[in-house]
Amino acid sequence: MSSREAILNAIKEAKPLNNESALPEVNILHTTYDDLDAKFATTLAGVGGNAVHLDSLTAVDSYIKEHYKEATVIVSTVEGLSTNTKELGATDDPHTLKDVDLAIIKGEFAVAENGAVWIKEADARHRALYFITQKLMIIVPKGEIVHSMHEAYTRVNFGDKDVFGLFISGPSKTADIEQSLVIGAHGATEACVVFL
Amino acid sequence: MSHNHSELADKFASNVERMKWHDKALWFVRVKRDNQAKSLDEWEELRNTADKIKSHTLAHLDEYLEQFEKNALARGIRVHWAKDAKEHNEIVLDLLRSHNAKMIVKSKSMLTEECHLNPYLEEHGIEVVDTDLGERIVQLRNEPPSHIVLPAIHLKKEDVGTTFEKFLNTQKGNSDPTYLTRAARAHLREKFVSADAAMTGVNFAIAETGGIVVCTNEGNADLGASLPKLHIACMGIEKIIPRLKDLSIFTRLLARSATGQPVTTYTSHYHGAVEGGEMHVVIVDNGRTKILADKRYVKSLQCIRCGACLNTCPIYRRSGGYSYGYVIPGPIGSTLAPSRDLKKYYSLPFACSLCFSCSNVCPVKVDLADQLYLKRQDVVDAGYLSPVKHNALKMATWLMCRPKLMDFAGFMARKMVPLLPRALVYSKFNLWGKNRELPPFPKNSFKELYKAKKGIK
Repeated sequence: MSSREAILNAIKEAKPLNNESALPEVNILHTTYDDLDAKFATTLAGVGGNAVHLDSLTAVDSYIKEHYKEATVIVSTVEGLSTNTKELGATDDPHTLKDVDLAIIKGEFAVAENGAVWIKEADARHRALYFITQKLMIIVPKGEIVHSMHEAYTRVNFGDKDVFGLFISGPSKTADIEQSLVIGAHGATEACVVFL
Repeated sequence: MSHNHSELADKFASNVERMKWHDKALWFVRVKRDNQAKSLDEWEELRNTADKIKSHTLAHLDEYLEQFEKNALARGIRVHWAKDAKEHNEIVLDLLRSHNAKMIVKSKSMLTEECHLNPYLEEHGIEVVDTDLGERIVQLRNEPPSHIVLPAIHLKKEDVGTTFEKFLNTQKGNSDPTYLTRAARAHLREKFVSADAAMTGVNFAIAETGGIVVCTNEGNADLGASLPKLHIACMGIEKIIPRLKDLSIFTRLLARSATGQPVTTYTSHYHGAVEGGEMHVVIVDNGRTKILADKRYVKSLQCIRCGACLNTCPIYRRSGGYSYGYVIPGPIGSTLAPSRDLKKYYSLPFACSLCFSCSNVCPVKVDLADQLYLKRQDVVDAGYLSPVKHNALKMATWLMCRPKLMDFAGFMARKMVPLLPRALVYSKFNLWGKNRELPPFPKNSFKELYKAKKGIK
């Protein structure tokens, strides 16, 4: 008997039989916010990130020039930015992304309760970009913001071709040394969410 | 060899200053958790819903595991099954060897700690680099983690500074947390870009989609698993959840309960390998079906490893993770360890004051304190309790079954004990009085006071 069968048989014999309860509804009544943008911005600031509202791709370009002066290697998965210096799809090997200073990526929607943004880019060849970059900028369409994870997961799905998606809430962080919060662990050291 | 919690706790608590610091550091996390829980009116409803999802899943565990496997395979994810730690370790080693992997980066996984994977791989010539900062610190020090979420909580920044001086060539005497974290970032980046394979744990495996979810703050699992061609994720059979949308409940509870954050920085949903790579999931039993069969303890399989019960436990905070002698310490470890080996871990259910705080903070409503109460009875039934404690309890039972004698004994104690020499009252049989003073003896018993108040003759 294979281990698979052995384990499944052991479970069949062992599992609690008196539990006929159905799966509960998960979209329970939950906290909502009067001003979603304000709540998102406050929560994101609380986890070390920042949110800005801009009106055009040109404004994004200027924002980048102004705020990321030190960034020399910039990769963008957002079409139409002039600040891009390196093409993500041009390399077969994600290791070559190790010099990226700033990554600009597309978020689908933001979550007000926890400062997270849902990212699932079917066209981005290397997911390593999200984590290996020194600084991260996520562009989210204006108005694409929900109150909570309950609403968020009604918009999350994985089709046959989808291999990866994630929520990112602020820059990477750790408090493993004496509970002192340090922003910038292994992933990005800064995270900016732009509503465009 | 059996293990004695109170002896090891004594050792930890002998450094009073360090013990108090540890207590406070964890209480700080507990307070952050409380603030998050109180900020949501629906907190209890979230806990109830999580409990229902988990208990339903355990009642249909075989079906959901098969569904997960079918959907994962359809996505090109390879699925392996391991009965025990040995088989798990062999599967991992085989996979690494078949890819000619010499160095791997690994993110936090209590399961691989449970299986003692690191020493096994190292014996077979593979370099394992733990990438969670806390885990890397304890790995360099050749120590096990002392907490499931905060692996290096037993260390002060000066300890970390000395360790990094030795292994990462940091400045002598510099123990600034930001400086040390940056040094670790630079050191581990080198490892990330040169690793041949990545290993991660699994926070949730979704039956409906055949994918897995890993939550981190540091981005270590995420960066690790996105560079090399091979990703191996290891999970216990209880990590399954039925639906993708169930994550709306668990992602709201996990980080709030663990560290008092609204969510972890990264909640990565892996549904396939990187371009040209392979993704493998190893599903492990290693004693879990034994727990599944015992309805008194089955809810311990609902645990999502947030660590809230550790942070709130007055015993854990004052005795440290190592006093438990098991890979998972604190209240949850005190039920899981004796489920694995009652004789060896007989003392853990007693590392508890039955204050029930653990049961009250648990986001998935594991009945922790009830389980520890039942485990104590198992220990007594099996005859593993120390003779001093066992005989004292037997004498107390005998006395309490004889009310007249009990009254008389109480009367004598109130009269006599205050007159006895200290050496006799605080003898080695008085475990309670070991670090505490007895309160002054009252003139009348509770029964006498009660009767007098009620006017009963």
